[in-house]
Amino acid sequence: MIELTEVSKTFNQNQPNECRALRGVSLRLERGGVTVFKGPSGSGKTTLLTLVGCLARPTAGRIALDGRLLSNLPERFLTDVRRHTFGFVFQQFNLIRGLTVLENVMLPAYPLGRPHRELMDAAHALLDRFGLAAKATSKVEWLSGGEAQRTALARALINDPAVLIADEPTANLDSALSREVLALLAELAAQGRTVFISSHDPLVFEATQINRVIEVHDGQIAGDRRC
Amino acid sequence: MLITPAIVALQGIALSVAGTVLLASGFAGRILRRWDIHSGSELQLRMERQTYLISTLLGFALGAELLSLLLFVHTAESLSSQFVGAMCATGVLNVNAFGFPTLLLKIAVFFLAALWLLLNRVDNRGYDYPLVRVKYGLLMVIAPLTVAEGVVQTSYFLGLTPEVITSCCGSLFSSESKGVAAELAGLPPWPTLVLFYGMAGLILIAGLLFLRWLRLGPLFATSSLLGFGVAITAIIAFLSLYVYENPNHHCPFCLLKVGYDYVGYALYLPLFAAAALGLSAGVIAPFRRIASLQAVIPSEVRQLTALALIGFGLFYALATWLMLRSNLVLLG
Amino acid sequence: MRAFLERQRYLIDYTLAALLRRKTRNLGLLLVYTLLVFLFSSVLLLSQGLRREAATLLQDAPEVIVQRLVAGRHDLAPAAWLDRLRRIRGVSAVQGRLWGYYYDPAVKANYTLMVAPERGLAADEIVVGAALARVRQIGVGDYLGLRAANGQPLPLKITGLLESASELLSADLLLLSEAGYRALFAIPPDVYTDVALTVRNPREARTVAEKITLALPDSRPILRAEILRTYDAVFNWREGLAFLTLGALLLAFMILAWDKAAGLSAEEKREIGILKAIGWETGDILRMKLWEGALLSLTAFLAGYALAWHQVFYAGAALFGPVLKGWAVLYPELQLTPAVDMQLILVLLAVSVLPYIVATLIPIWRTATADPDAVMRG
Ligand SMILES: Nc1ncnc2c1ncn2[C@@H]1O[C@H](COP(=O)(O)OP(=O)(O)O)[C@@H](O)[C@H]1O
Ligand SMILES: [Mg+2]
Repeated sequence: MIELTEVSKTFNQNQPNECRALRGVSLRLERGGVTVFKGPSGSGKTTLLTLVGCLARPTAGRIALDGRLLSNLPERFLTDVRRHTFGFVFQQFNLIRGLTVLENVMLPAYPLGRPHRELMDAAHALLDRFGLAAKATSKVEWLSGGEAQRTALARALINDPAVLIADEPTANLDSALSREVLALLAELAAQGRTVFISSHDPLVFEATQINRVIEVHDGQIAGDRRC
Repeated sequence: MLITPAIVALQGIALSVAGTVLLASGFAGRILRRWDIHSGSELQLRMERQTYLISTLLGFALGAELLSLLLFVHTAESLSSQFVGAMCATGVLNVNAFGFPTLLLKIAVFFLAALWLLLNRVDNRGYDYPLVRVKYGLLMVIAPLTVAEGVVQTSYFLGLTPEVITSCCGSLFSSESKGVAAELAGLPPWPTLVLFYGMAGLILIAGLLFLRWLRLGPLFATSSLLGFGVAITAIIAFLSLYVYENPNHHCPFCLLKVGYDYVGYALYLPLFAAAALGLSAGVIAPFRRIASLQAVIPSEVRQLTALALIGFGLFYALATWLMLRSNLVLLG
Repeated sequence: MRAFLERQRYLIDYTLAALLRRKTRNLGLLLVYTLLVFLFSSVLLLSQGLRREAATLLQDAPEVIVQRLVAGRHDLAPAAWLDRLRRIRGVSAVQGRLWGYYYDPAVKANYTLMVAPERGLAADEIVVGAALARVRQIGVGDYLGLRAANGQPLPLKITGLLESASELLSADLLLLSEAGYRALFAIPPDVYTDVALTVRNPREARTVAEKITLALPDSRPILRAEILRTYDAVFNWREGLAFLTLGALLLAFMILAWDKAAGLSAEEKREIGILKAIGWETGDILRMKLWEGALLSLTAFLAGYALAWHQVFYAGAALFGPVLKGWAVLYPELQLTPAVDMQLILVLLAVSVLPYIVATLIPIWRTATADPDAVMRG
């Protein structure tokens, strides 16, 4: 469903510190299952995920989603595609301090102008599902690492996206909590969502039912293995 | 030169409008030269981000221009005691040759900024920036106008020396004197009234036809502008007489005074809005053939047209009510 | 439409919460903003009040006043003028007036003395303005002793206090009878201070004045419109000056506003990065920030305007009063009548909200166009 053709991403173009983070990547990603992007730090995994997830536009090459060309869309259209299709979980949980768990979960839906009642219900349902119902009205700075990661997961799902993108989801967690989060991701995949994970953590490979591993090296695809 | 707070404020507004629009057109100039929608280069990304700044700056300019238009008329009004023979804003605007040109430039910039923002609104809904050239080309027209407005306004205020004997609405808009304004005031009531309501019919018909056949855009844009002109003429020729209940007071500005319950605001706001919307709808319609706008323009244009018709409707309804309410008998 | 409104509501909600979360940071700007609106509107409200006061006061003044000039100075007008003036076309009524000033060393102030024939006062009866009575601590029934021109004390009995809509005029006023006036200043019976004319059509006042200069070459006609114009010019000038002085403050405010908008804390930058990453678009952030500016402006504007209103109309305009009034010895309790004026509000918007927007537009845009993928690289 997502197709990358000869995609490159260059930072600081035409400057002495120019950095070619991706070089001519071509890739087809299908719907469903868990796909892991694997590779050493600095190899371009995060950059690749930002392109796949419509967070950024490639410097060259084409990206298409279900046949629709995305690579030349203006930012506002890209954002619109993104918020209906992709949910993000970041390495740092990136919750907004000072707001409650509930408010943090609702945030991605604000620009869509969904009716308030309906949005509240959806957010509460997600919190129930991740065992955070009791924490709904507490400020996020009081959460433990696991709770914060689950809040971030709930937030990623509030707009009901088909694809979940998790960039190094276990990097800030101990192994028990890592396992818990990976189990949740696997469960979401089992329910039909597509999950993309980037990681160099061996735990990811042993703990989850993985459908595909793509190896990234130096901005290029170094291996592609289905399991 | 007079220094009053209102004049200081008006000069400040003119400066900031010209400044922001020039800044915007600076960005726009580069966009016109370097724009390449198929490129993912950082320059292109930067330019796309600058489009947000440009539209924000123009939104600001539109708001400031509206404020400036109102304040300008009020200021002229309040200075009328300073000039011998000036009874209201008209007299003060006539103190030197730059008064009315300033007003006209303000109105022109207001309309063009409104048109620009509506073009921008449509453009933002096309996935390939379809109107980039149109939009930034128009901006290149607006920029010198804002500068001209600033210059003309400054000349006007510099030339405001009290004790100049001026003609006031009593003489400028009176049937005996000469000039465009006097001609307007001297128009015979009956034919002007017929023209006024005939124009209402024309706008309505043009609007309805346009809603059905979008290729009639130029017709509706023209009738909106014409309607605006006729409405102003009618206000000077007879509507003002009904409001003031005085068969010789032809002033279009005194309507904005407290003494007449600010009825001028209720008349002018829908009129200006309707003319701006109608003009824009007509100008935007021809772009419906652009692939990325095919789905957007018809509904957008119809919405603008409906709003314009509502605006004109409000204006005509209020005008009619003012005439019926009045104790003045002009048409025997 | 519904989604549009909901969206604005969410944006306002978020902005409000964000503003409250950073109370202390925003409070400073809000205070300066309010102070700015307060100072500007104080100047404007005060001079507008004074101007209206002057207009009220001149409303009943005669359209034309004729003075006699001798060697370029104001002199007493002969009673014979009255008849000659009455014969000029367009003049409907003529009245000789008697008035003057009296310096009272006891309170070191000038009184304005006027003969008021319509009051039918006896030779030793007077009516005085409220401020005068207050300063001298006298009331109805008391005697006020003035020194006549011949050096003798002249006791005058107060029979009433002036109740006037305009305290500016009546404050130092002392009304007396013609006999009393002539006795006090030793003025012969066949002259007047000046002559007041009523003109049939006010628009013809100027023509009438021209005829008067022809008929009475040593006279100087003064038009009411001219006096009004002078008043206006004086107020405009003072107001303009006060404004220019406040210009420095405005500049400082703009720099502060720019600085606040441009120098976001790391925390705020992070927040905006997160919002963009989770699906907010540049336009959403822009709108959110514009709402923030609008809320801040509205609060500052209403608070500043209300404070100024109170200051000027109810607290005696201690601020700027001396500058704008200029001649305020006897008017400690000048009470202006409040009124809302459209032009004033427009000017106020133009010198406070507009500069705020100008100062913050570009920083806001910079903030809003942050890279959405920045948080992934944190
Ligand atoms: N905004 C940026 N500016 C400059 N260089 C960048 C930027 N983002 C990423 N890079 C560079 O691109 C390369 C790939 O980075 P990244 O995609 O984050 O790798 P990974 O996620 O695999 O660690 C790195 O060398 C990094 O320094
Ligand atoms: Mg990474």
